[in-house]
Amino acid sequence: MLNNSAKLLKTPFTHLKDISNLLMHQASGPARASKPVSGVTFTPEPASGGKKFRMQTRNLTVRYGTTIGVEDVTLPIYDKEVLALIGPSGCGKTTYLRALNRMHDLTRIASVTGEVLLDGTDIYGNDINPVNIRRRIGMVFQKPTPFPTMSIYDNVVAGLKLVGIRKKSLLDEVCERALKQAALFEEVKDRLRSPGAGLSGGQQQRLSIARALAVDPEVMLMDEPTSSLDPQSTNRIEELIHTLKEQVTIVIVTHNMQQAARLSDRTAFFYVGHLIETGTTNDIFTKPKETRTEEYISGRFG
Amino acid sequence: MKTMLQRNIRDRFMEGLLVLSTIIVLLPLIIIIAHVIIHGIGALNWDFFTQELGSPSRALQGRPTGLVHTILGTLVVDFMALTIALPVGLGAGIMLSEYPDHKLNPVLRVMNDTLNGMPAILKGLLAFVLIVKPMGTFSGFSGGVALSFVMLPIIARTTESALMSIPWSIREAGLAIGLPRWRVVLSTVMPAARFGLVTGTLIAFARAAGEAAPLLFTSFGNNYLPNHWLGMILGPVDTLPQRLYSLAISPYSHWHNMGWAAAIVLLVFVMLTFATARFFTRQKF
Ligand SMILES: Nc1ncnc2c1ncn2[C@@H]1O[C@H](COP(=O)(O)OP(=O)(O)OP(=O)(O)O)[C@@H](O)[C@H]1O
Ligand SMILES: [Mg+2]
Repeated sequence: MLNNSAKLLKTPFTHLKDISNLLMHQASGPARASKPVSGVTFTPEPASGGKKFRMQTRNLTVRYGTTIGVEDVTLPIYDKEVLALIGPSGCGKTTYLRALNRMHDLTRIASVTGEVLLDGTDIYGNDINPVNIRRRIGMVFQKPTPFPTMSIYDNVVAGLKLVGIRKKSLLDEVCERALKQAALFEEVKDRLRSPGAGLSGGQQQRLSIARALAVDPEVMLMDEPTSSLDPQSTNRIEELIHTLKEQVTIVIVTHNMQQAARLSDRTAFFYVGHLIETGTTNDIFTKPKETRTEEYISGRFG
Repeated sequence: MKTMLQRNIRDRFMEGLLVLSTIIVLLPLIIIIAHVIIHGIGALNWDFFTQELGSPSRALQGRPTGLVHTILGTLVVDFMALTIALPVGLGAGIMLSEYPDHKLNPVLRVMNDTLNGMPAILKGLLAFVLIVKPMGTFSGFSGGVALSFVMLPIIARTTESALMSIPWSIREAGLAIGLPRWRVVLSTVMPAARFGLVTGTLIAFARAAGEAAPLLFTSFGNNYLPNHWLGMILGPVDTLPQRLYSLAISPYSHWHNMGWAAAIVLLVFVMLTFATARFFTRQKF
C-alpha cells in the first residue's frame, strides 16, 4: 500500500518544482531557497542523526493579553521529520503550532516574543512578509474549512489560482495530484465542479488537506488533522504523512498516542504552556525522563 | 405553583398582546397605502408616464401633462448616488470588519455613525456647499452626492455585519495557503457574504430613494425634461419625493391628484427594492 502511493506520488512531484518556480515569480519577496532574508542569520547546526534544522524556536513565548499560551519554548524541528506535539487539552499545542506560520498576526490580543527560525532566518523579522512565510509553511486546521462558495476543484487550486496561475493543464494536474495525496480523488473525481461545502465532514477535512498540499509547502503544520475522520480516512491520512515526509517537514498535534507513536520520528510533550520533554518518539514512549510525561503517556496509552 | 389552566390563560393573553401590537404597527401602513392608491390611481394614465409636467396652465387647460421627467430624473439621481456610495461604502465596511486593529478604524467608525445620525436636510446642505455653490447651479449631480450621504453609512454598516457573519476560520484557511489578506477578503469572504452585501445595498438604496429633504436645494426640481441627458446631471432635475412635495403644496387640485399618483410610483419603487432585498436575505449558498 505504501509502496503504491509512493509510486503514485513520484511523477507529480517532478512538476511541483514548476509550481514553486511559478509561485516564486509571483512573489516579490525573498527567494525560496535558504537564502537569509533579514540580517539575523543562524547557521543550522547538524543534529545527532546528521539531519539539519529546518525550523527552530528559541525562547518562544505567546501571550493572549496577560494569559500565557506557551512560555519559553526552545525546540528544533529537523528537516523532513515528523514531529508530534502531545499534551493535555489547553497546554498550548495549538498556540505553539500557530506561532510557526505567523497565524497569531491576526489575533489582536496575541503577542509573540522570542524567535522562530526557518532555515536560519527569523520569520518574525521586520522585513519578512508573512504571506511568503505561509506559502512555505502550510497548515491544516482541526475543523475542516472549505471555502463556502467554491467548487471542489477551485478549493484545491485556490492557493495557485488566486495568486494568478491560470494555466489549466497545470491546475488540473495539481488538483488531481493533491486530491490523490489526500485520499479523496476517487470519491470526488466525477463531481469536481460541485461545491466543496457539499461534502461530508471527513471529506471536507481531506479537501482542506488537499488544498494545503496543492501549493507544495516545505513544512506542513497539522492541528489534530484526523480528529474528525473515520478510521479508514485516518489510515489514509497517516499513509499520506508517511509518504509526504520524504519531501516535507511535518509538525502534527495529536491526542491519539498510538497515532503519535506510529507516525512521528520525534515527540514533544507540552504541559500547561511549557515544553516538558522532547526526544525521539521511541525514547519518549519507552523511557521518558520526566514523570509527568510518563503519567500522561501511560494514562492515555492503555 | 400555578395550575395548568392559569398558565394557559396567561400564555393566551401574552399571545393576544403580541398580535394586537403587530396590528397596531401594520395598521398605519395599510391605511397609508390604501389612501394613496384610492386618491392616486385615477391620475395614473398613459400621459402620466409619457408627458412632462410643464406650467400649471397645462393642467388647468386640460392639456396632456405627466411626470416622465420626474421618473427619469429619479432613476438618474438615485443610480448616481449608488455609483458614488457603493464603492466607498463597501470599502469602509471592509475596513471596519477586516482591519479592526487599523489605526484609522475608530475614526472611521465615529465618522460613519455621525453621518448616519445626521438629519437628511443637513446632508443636502453639505452637498449644496460642496457642489452647488462651486458649480453655480442646482444639478442632478449634487442631488446624487446628497443622496450618497444617505446611502453611504448604511452600506458601510450592513457590509460590516455581512462580512462579520462569515467565520474567521475561512480567513485563516485562506492565509494558511499563502494568500495576501486583501485577496482572502475579495475571493473568499466577500463571495461568501454576497447575499448580505446585496441586501444591505438595496436597503440603503430604498432608504435614499424615499428622501426629499436632501434634494430640495441640490437637484432642486424641474418642470421639464432637459433637452440633453447631460442636463439631468449638470442642471436642475426633477425627482419623485421632491416633486411629490411641491405638487402637494400647490393650489391646483389636478396637481394634487398627480401628487398621489407620484406617491404610488414611489411606493411601488421602494417596495420592489425592499422585496428584492428580502429575496436575497433568504438565499443560502
Ligand atoms: N484566542 C485566545 N484568546 C485567549 N486565550 C487563548 C486563546 N487561544 C488559546 N488560549 C489559551 O491558551 C492556552 C493554550 O491553548 P491552546 O489552544 O494552545 O491549547 P491546546 O493544547 O491546543 O488544547 P487542545 O488540545 O484542547 O486543542 C489555553 O489556556 C487557552 O485558554
Ligand atoms: Mg488545540
